[in-house]
Parts: sequence; structure tokens; C-alpha cells
Amino acid sequence: MAHKNSLNTMGYEQRKSALGVRMTTLYSVVYIGFVGVSVFRPQWMGVRAIFGLNLAIAYGLGLILFAIILAVIYNYLCKVPVEHSGKQQDADGQAFPSRGDNP
Amino acid sequence: MTIAIFLVFVSLVLFVSSWTSRKAKGVGGYFAANNSIHWGVNGIAFAGGYLSVASFLGIAGLIAFFGYDGFLYSIGFLAGWIVALFIIAEPMKKRGTFTFSDALNRTFSKPGIQLSAGLSVLVVSLFYLVPQMVGAGVLVEPLFGIPHYWGVILVGTVVIIIVAGGGMTSTTYVQFFNGGLLLTFAAVLTIAVLGRGIDVDQRTMEEGSDGLESYRFARIGFNEATQSFQTNDLVLPRITERFPIIDRYTGEEGPVFYRISHVIPAVSTGTGTYSAQIKGRAPFFQLPPGPGALWMLEEQAGNPGIRIQDWWRLERSSTGQDYLVEAQSRTMTPQGLSFINGAPESPANRLRQMGSVTRIPDEYGTRTGALGPVRLLSILSDNQTIIQQPKSVSFTSGSGDRVSLYYELPLSGYQFMRPGLMFPLEARAGEPPATTLLNRLNFISLMLALFLGTAALPHILIRYYTVPSAEAARKSTIVAIGGIGLFYILTMYLGVGAIIAGALHPETSNMSAPLLARSFGELLFALISGIAFTTVLATVSGLIMAASGAVAHDLMGNLARREFSDGAKVRAGRIVAVVVGLIGIVLGIAFRGMNVSFLVGWAFAVAASANLPALVFMLFWKKTTAQGITASILTGIISSVTLILLSPDMWGRYGFDPSTAPMPINQPGIISIPLSFLVIIGVSLVTGKKQAE
Repeated sequence: MAHKNSLNTMGYEQRKSALGVRMTTLYSVVYIGFVGVSVFRPQWMGVRAIFGLNLAIAYGLGLILFAIILAVIYNYLCKVPVEHSGKQQDADGQAFPSRGDNP
Repeated sequence: MTIAIFLVFVSLVLFVSSWTSRKAKGVGGYFAANNSIHWGVNGIAFAGGYLSVASFLGIAGLIAFFGYDGFLYSIGFLAGWIVALFIIAEPMKKRGTFTFSDALNRTFSKPGIQLSAGLSVLVVSLFYLVPQMVGAGVLVEPLFGIPHYWGVILVGTVVIIIVAGGGMTSTTYVQFFNGGLLLTFAAVLTIAVLGRGIDVDQRTMEEGSDGLESYRFARIGFNEATQSFQTNDLVLPRITERFPIIDRYTGEEGPVFYRISHVIPAVSTGTGTYSAQIKGRAPFFQLPPGPGALWMLEEQAGNPGIRIQDWWRLERSSTGQDYLVEAQSRTMTPQGLSFINGAPESPANRLRQMGSVTRIPDEYGTRTGALGPVRLLSILSDNQTIIQQPKSVSFTSGSGDRVSLYYELPLSGYQFMRPGLMFPLEARAGEPPATTLLNRLNFISLMLALFLGTAALPHILIRYYTVPSAEAARKSTIVAIGGIGLFYILTMYLGVGAIIAGALHPETSNMSAPLLARSFGELLFALISGIAFTTVLATVSGLIMAASGAVAHDLMGNLARREFSDGAKVRAGRIVAVVVGLIGIVLGIAFRGMNVSFLVGWAFAVAASANLPALVFMLFWKKTTAQGITASILTGIISSVTLILLSPDMWGRYGFDPSTAPMPINQPGIISIPLSFLVIIGVSLVTGKKQAE
């Protein structure tokens, strides 16, 4: 059982790590887009975008809010147990109580 | 009252620190708070430690003076947390015990690694310490009227007590306390700014209880072609000097300034002393003026008058009618006398605050009333809105005086609220293409360092070890992102609020947020200043804690080539805290006068270059070798620090012409970060192959 658990832990960790890399990549693309527009098309930044805000403010505030939203989504996805590992879940829905990680 | 509230905050911090320090027994307690911190507390402590004076005072000041460009720091500082959360947080927690080099050591177990990682923590901590200490001095100077260095010494002492006494436990709770206060009061100040709205005729109180209203600079008719005045406001005016700022690329005249000598009415206040109204202040003139003085007594129809010399900015209009707009000046004569706005400098005669919004879109008339957060930004970025941006220029006048002029330049909201005022990204007329390219590279370099630097900051990394589990590390990082993201959105309102209120001290952008608070009353000013001070304490504690761990835990054992007992490590940690605190004090005094956010940009570049490639490759590339990691860390430190030392800004600090600096841009990240990545790949491949053979 312990063996099976550790295998699942491995799968969970890998999945989480892959998820983290994908989300970082997604955010990087949006961030690079921001830097790119600032550098190569600065005049676009003055154009009205939404709610009467120009693109610079809308994009900038958007980047901050996007980070917060991504963080919440990531946390939610990390709580969801990995496929086929429903049985290892404990009562309160925490897939991996990780006390064992303590040094 | 300010001093009382200030002392209350400092005592609260010391109380929190001493109360929690009892838990900090043993090596695990001192370096990692026994892994016993709740993730919620740890998340707010992340915010309290990360949101340094650079975020609070620095960014608000940059937004107030340069509009949107200051906000770029907010964006970059937050974006970095994405890397911290998704890539670094949980694996770091799983692999380490007390410090980031533990994690490296656990993966590779080679002594060289711990040595170089410890060294890098020490270097980054010191780089990050400098702006915090500078910020402390900036705060204390106007609050207590004591010199800058006393502020630095005060912070240094309190922090040494916190860290050497209570280690990571005390540091955590001090940061938690500070994070809560920062978020709460940034929100309070933002609500006050939104409630006030924009009023183009508004006069707010300057310098609080003195009852001094904010000053509107005079504007008089003038004919540039005939050099004649079209006003009765100046008595017997004479032009004594004309100073144009020449555009270095086109050779054309930019802003033009006139030095004008004129007479102002004075009243006798005793034998040989007179007082006169200058820009809302009443400086004293003591006869005789003395050699080199820029004023003289000149009676007008039997009434006493003082002839002074002050500076005005020429405003050309398309209709042919020119104007002169009052500027402020600080003049140092060759004899060493200092004059503010033409009168001797004294506590009664200091520079006035600057900045204002002088026009808003027609549909609002002259005042908006309370505004929602989106509406305020939309009005400010409108093309019809006119914002008076404070600017300055220093030069030697025809008479050999060192003159610094502080003037307002009207800008449309469209220009103020988009990138370009601090980082000139668009090619200007006559600018060589190489300069445009360098400006753009400098900007990209900064944004890269901010994005990659956060996750590699030592005082952030050690916070992963205070919580019980990897899951708690993740959750606390998410709390941090929420809190810090909210705070950075608020910085926008603190910055624009300060320029709307005319609360900008022309000589230090760092004071904008506290002066904004002062425009709402002394109480808020005292609270904000107190919080700014605890912010320094919280961040500096984290940095010194990181440095202390690096030396006691990583460097000491390696250098002495033997294992130390836990007790010895804690003792060494405390001693290092004292020493690093003292070094911080010295550096804080030496770097006085630089914008704190700008300095922090450098610390991020060093952290991103030295630590991030090692962290990422350790986690994601199986072929990484210990030698590769060590080489990358050392390359990162040496290249980024060398490039900073050779940068135009440092060149100016050494007293040379910045344009002759060997390194053409200020931000090193774009060179040093990729270099560090290349080294780790190259060295790992070569040494990996050797080991296989």
C-alpha cells in the first residue's frame, strides 16, 4: 500500500510540476506581450482600451489580476486528486497531507 | 504627535519581537521558526517582508513624478511571484532545511556548492539592504528634523536587536505585523484619495499643523522678442540671465529659464532684520547682506524692499503671447552660501511642494467630487487633462553659482499615464538609433530582472522553511500573491493621489506617500510614516536573517572544514546578524539620495543572475552537475556586480561623466542572466561527460 501511495505521490508531484511549468509559460507569454508592446509599439499604450482606461493601465492592472487568478486556479487544481488516486484521498479532501515532508 | 505614534510603532515591533523570541530556542527555532508558522501568517509575512520601502515609498514616488513608468515596477515585482509559486515554492520546501543552499546541497552534496550559494545569499542581501537603509534615513530626516544618518543608525540598531534576539520566529511575526498594517493603511489612503477626487482649484494643507496651504506658482505676461514684462506683479524687474536647456540631439532649445532680479516689499522686524513674503513663506534678511549674497535692501518710496533674484520658466504659446512661470531654485554661491528661491536658506525658508492637476475634461468643470477607482484613472489619462509634472535641472550659472531649478512642466494626461517619461522607449527627434536601442535594452533588462529576481531573493527563499509542509508553502505563497497584488494596485492610487494633492517634495520622490498622507492631516501622516518605518524594519530583518543563515549555516562549516554544534551555529548566526547590520548602516549612509526602487532593481538583477539559473536547472534538468551550479552562481554574481559597477549611474557616482561609462546601460540583467544560464549548461555538459568517462 505504501508503495502504491508513493507511486501516486510521484504522479501527483509530476503532474503538479508540469501544471506549474505550463502556467508559468502562459503568464510569461502575456508578460512578454506587455514588454513587447511597450518597447516596439509604445503609441498603442495610449489608446483607450476598456472602461475608459488606456491600454497601458488596462494591461498593467490586468497582469496583476491575472497573476492572482492563476494562483487561485493553481491552488484549486492542486487540491483535486490525480486521476485514479481517489482512494488515497482522506476525509477532508486533502490528497496528500504532506507532514512527512518535514526535514 | 508624529514622534509619539512613531515610537509606539517601534515599541510594538520590539514587543512582538521579544514576545515571540521565547519560541526561538535551538537551531531550528533560530533559523526556521521550528517549521511551526501557519500558512496564513506566513503568507502575510511574505507580503510584509517583500513589500519593502521600495514598493511603498519608491514606487508611489516614481508614479507621482513619472506617471505610468513607476507602475512598471509594480507589475514586474508582482509578476516575479508567478515564478516563485509555480516553479520554486514546493520543491524548495521539500529539499531544504534552513537555507536555499541546503536544497542545492541535498541534491548534489558537494561542498563547493554550499560555499558559492552562501556567498551569493550574502551578496544579494547586502545589495538589497542598501535601498532599505537609504529609505529609513529619508523618513527620519523630515520627521524628527535629525540628519539622514541617524535614521539609518536607528533602523540598524532595532533590526540587530530583533534578529540577533529572536531569529526567524521574531522576524516572521514582525513581518506579519507589518504586512497587515501596510495593506490596511494603503487601502485607507486609497479610499481617502478616491473620496477627495480631483479639484483644479484645490488647496491642501502643506506641512500639516503649520496651516501652510499648498502653493500655486505665479504666471506673468512676457514678450520674449522684446524682453519686456507685461505685468505689474513684479516691481522693477531686470533680467540678469537667460538659461536654455539645449536638446543634446537636435541642438534646439528645450525649456528656457530667466533669472530675474526684482524688489519685494519687506517689513522691519528689528534692528537690521527684515521679513518678506516669498512663495508663501516669510524668510528673514539680516543686514548687512555680506559678500556674495544674492539680495540687497532697496527702499521703494520710503518703504523697505528687498531685491532678490529668482528663476522663471518661459512658456511660449502659439498665439504669440509668452508667459513666465515661477520656478523654485536652490543656489550655492562660490562663497558657499545657500539660497532657496532667492532668500537665504533657513528653517523658515525651504522649498515648497509641487505637482498639481490644473485641468480636467470639460464635462467635470473644475471638480469631480468622489470618484470610483476606474473613473479616477480614466480622467487622469484623458487627453484634456493637464498634469503639472515636477522636473529639475542643475547647472552652473553665468555668475559661477551652482543652481538647481525645480519647475513644473504641463503634460496631458495622455502623456503622463502611458510609458515613456522615465524609460524613453520611443525614438526622439534626432536621437541616434543606437541610443534608442540601448534605451529599449535597458527597459527589457529591468523587466527581465524583476520577473526572474523575486523567486531568487534570499529573504523570500528562507520563508519556505518556516511552514510545516510543501502544501503550506504553496498556500502561503498564494496568500502572498493576493496581498501583494492588491497592494501594488493601490500603489497606483498613492502615486497619482500625491501629484493631485500637490504633495511632491521636489528634491526627494521617496517622500511622496507620507506627504500625501499629510495632506489629509497629521494623524494619517504619523501613521503612514510609522508604517513606512516598520516596513524597513521588517524587510531588513528578513535580509539580515538570510545573511545570518548563509554565513552560520553554509559558509562557516565549509570554510573551517568541520561540523559545528547547533549551539555554535546559533551563536555565530547572532554575531553575523550584528556584523551585517553594521555593514548595512555604513552602506545606507553612503548611498543617500538615490531612489530606493531604482536601487532595488539592481538587487533583483544580482539575485536573478546568481540564483535563478541554479534553482531552475537543479529542479528541471537531470544533467546538471555540482560544478555547473557553482560556476553559474559565481558567474552570475561577478558579471552582474561588475556590470553595475561599470554602469553610467555608478560612473556618475564616482564623479565621472556618465556617458563615458564602459557599460552603456544601467540594468545588467539582459547580459548577466543569459550568461549565467549558458555557463550552467556548458559546465554541466563538460563535467557530466568527464564523470561518465
